[in-house]
Amino acid sequence: MAKKARLVVIGNGMAGIRTVEELLKMAPDLYEITVFGDEPHPNYNRILLTPVLAGEMRLEETILNDHDWYAEHGITLRTGSPVAKIDRVRRKVITEQGETVPYDRILIATGAAAALAPIPGKDLPGVYSYRDMRDVEALTQVSAEGGEAVIIGAGLLGLEVAHGLNARGMQVTVVHRRAWPLDKQLDARGGAMLQQAMEARGIRFLLERESAAVLGTDRVEGLQFQDGSSIPARIVVMTVGIRPRIALAKDAGLACEQGILVSDTLQTYDPRIYAVGECVQHRGMTYGLVAPLFEQAKVAANHLAEYGRMRYEGSVTSTKLKVTGIELFSAGDFLGGEDTEELTLLDAHQGIYKKVVLQNSKIKGILLYGDTSIGPWLFEHLRQESDISTMRDHLLFGETHLGDAGHSGASQAARLPDSAEICGCNGVSKGQIVHAIREGLFTVEEVRKCTKASASCGSCTGLVEQLLMSTLGGVYDGSARKKAICACTDYTHQEVRDAIRKEKLLSVRETFRFLGWRNPGGCASCRPAVNYYVRAAWPAEGKDDPSARFINERAHANIQKDGTYSVVPRIYGGVTTPAELKRIAEVAERHAVPMVKFTGGQRLDLLGVAKEKLPVIWAELDMPSGHAYGKALRTVKSCVGKEFCRFGVQDSTQLAIDLEKNLERMWAPHKVKLAASGCPRNCAESTIKDVGVIGVDSGWEIYVGGNGGMKVRAADLLTKVKTEAEVIEISKAFLQMYREDAQYLERTAPWVERVGLERIKARVVDDLEQRKALAQALDFAIAQEKDPWAEAVAGRLDIHAGPLRRISA
Amino acid sequence: MDWFPLGKVSDVPLGGGRYVDTPAGQIAVLRNEEGELFAVHNRCPHRGGPLSEGFVSGKTVFCPLHNWQIDLERGEALPPDQGCVKTFPLKTEGEEIWLGLSEAQP
Repeated sequence: MAKKARLVVIGNGMAGIRTVEELLKMAPDLYEITVFGDEPHPNYNRILLTPVLAGEMRLEETILNDHDWYAEHGITLRTGSPVAKIDRVRRKVITEQGETVPYDRILIATGAAAALAPIPGKDLPGVYSYRDMRDVEALTQVSAEGGEAVIIGAGLLGLEVAHGLNARGMQVTVVHRRAWPLDKQLDARGGAMLQQAMEARGIRFLLERESAAVLGTDRVEGLQFQDGSSIPARIVVMTVGIRPRIALAKDAGLACEQGILVSDTLQTYDPRIYAVGECVQHRGMTYGLVAPLFEQAKVAANHLAEYGRMRYEGSVTSTKLKVTGIELFSAGDFLGGEDTEELTLLDAHQGIYKKVVLQNSKIKGILLYGDTSIGPWLFEHLRQESDISTMRDHLLFGETHLGDAGHSGASQAARLPDSAEICGCNGVSKGQIVHAIREGLFTVEEVRKCTKASASCGSCTGLVEQLLMSTLGGVYDGSARKKAICACTDYTHQEVRDAIRKEKLLSVRETFRFLGWRNPGGCASCRPAVNYYVRAAWPAEGKDDPSARFINERAHANIQKDGTYSVVPRIYGGVTTPAELKRIAEVAERHAVPMVKFTGGQRLDLLGVAKEKLPVIWAELDMPSGHAYGKALRTVKSCVGKEFCRFGVQDSTQLAIDLEKNLERMWAPHKVKLAASGCPRNCAESTIKDVGVIGVDSGWEIYVGGNGGMKVRAADLLTKVKTEAEVIEISKAFLQMYREDAQYLERTAPWVERVGLERIKARVVDDLEQRKALAQALDFAIAQEKDPWAEAVAGRLDIHAGPLRRISA
Repeated sequence: MDWFPLGKVSDVPLGGGRYVDTPAGQIAVLRNEEGELFAVHNRCPHRGGPLSEGFVSGKTVFCPLHNWQIDLERGEALPPDQGCVKTFPLKTEGEEIWLGLSEAQP
């Protein structure tokens, strides 16, 4: 076997080790890895320093990778022998003890050091910085004796250390140069509210004060200001910023400015040397939050693993203060400027302040104080640069009355009690999830693996994301920016779709191969999604892969909890005949079907049918499949309409039948339900359907994006038309746009919210040519599909109804 | 150990499975994308879902009912789930699949 390449990682912190973890996932055997670390601890979660300082957590609880982890992965961990020099010519690193270690690649992740204010007395005993576990240990010890603690700098770290020392019983004063605390995260009003809340806990603020000198002879006795005044202090903690640690890189001749300069592939001036984390400067930016570091880690690992595929293009960050009981969230440009508008809500009594800065109907900045539950939701819109004009009037109240099935997320997760059940499928409570996240989880994928929450139907994914967000704060959001389909790949839904269209990939296998799927067989998430994308892009040539369809769509029946199936024949518009009913009844009787039930969509369901009996029952029913089992057109529900109803103004039953005949056999990203009501009394409940029409005197109103499931959403009025033909064409155009654009398993309700009604209107209502083209594209796709039941009865489709063999005793 | 012929390798879909009725109960015969074959009891340890209807990928089958993942070589559910299914020996001769059942099995 060829000798492994040698990777030397300088820095044993979150960025460096995260990169190693990502690398091991992709290429576990590529490198022999040596990690050098300054601190004596294995890798711990630096974000949790404050809970440790405040006595809410113990050091051991913050460990992310213990010594066993390094051993298990064959990584040599060397703490306490710092690297002194990188010899790029001989490709060796030299430790302070004079030992040399050869390398093929280096990853520099030296992080940053606390900056000290350049004032006299800064080196006196009793002056501390707040940066790592050593500082926490020292502060814990010194705080035991109480006394006055003065914090210089009211940034995130300053306030956190103030909270920690206050909790340990010291008298804390925070000194700040600006007029309010957290001036980089808050405006004046938010700052004042925060100050008030912290003062109520006994923390004192001295604002607009410039420190001049630390007083004392043998140790700290006080702090003097430029105006000559002074205050007593037993300890002084400086949190005035961080400096990237670049000395090692600089000495090695690597280009540095504020930080070590890196390209979009996280390579330094020397392509053998990568750098990630707080020590780097990328496109002029340095980052001190964890989320961007994780994004960088992913990209650096991808290149170290020799995949060479991803680029790091910078991060949008949000911040959250980790002080128990104080809710604060800010992101982007929350101060605004001349060409921006502001939406604000202030409830001083309850201590709630919300502000969103808008520019051209897009969110530019977010500031939330007191109630941050809508932070993640707003932040997603900020990152996606979505047009929010249609939800402007309720933007500050969140999406509680919007969205479907929690996919776009109920915004209440943070407020739920610990006992609340988040994942109904696996019975996982909020408390269990939050506990697991605190143990060191960062992604939905990890939560899924560790707790099972959202691992089954996935409808609680939004809630889990919210819990990650509210538990981790800013750490989480970065990983969410680019959501891969699943753990089998790093590509997003959109990227996979684009590749299928552009490269004309005609099957699931071809797509997996072309995009280098980590798992050649895929998984239960990506297989059905990619199969749908292939079929949607190439309705005629694309191969429909039965092994990439859920059992329901393979058996063309709905699997039940006991492994039997349910059979729902298509009954157009819900209108049947005595002869048809008789036939259904006879079939049910002949085969002793355990239950016959009307569905919510006005159809008949034969429940408890063994798989082996499906083909014979289909043959005897002699009716088309109702597709009640598929991500497909389900039913068009209807009311009686003007033919019989004394209030009816339009023939809703006929329109429902026509719609169903036009759309049956349509596959879609998720199930699609329609309804037609004959008058505004709306008995068919058209306003909670994916597409719903309501008859009025002068014609029909068309509504879209409604949902009556887990998360009710009233549909939006798309347009009003005069004729049935227009209803059908616009419904087709809308559904085709949805089919082409929505992610797999995204219902129309969240999709309409995501893309905006205006964009949909422009294509399917206003632009007659596009409307026609979309409708024709749907007609073409449907024309490729045959009725699966008839195919099975004719012997052209094998659903593997019976056993492979029967072995008798 | 008695060996029973089950049918042709190609009767079992790639990435999926079929089931066999036996005196030892239903057994799922599964085939991954590489063509490797596995046999396990056709009952997920969670709520008895038919594993023969699940997605097979690598050494794993995803149960069609609640997406539990079962390692097919060891017959154990992947963490955090706990549970196991019995595995059975298979062999192929040419195109024919053979299933091994020991006599002691009821």
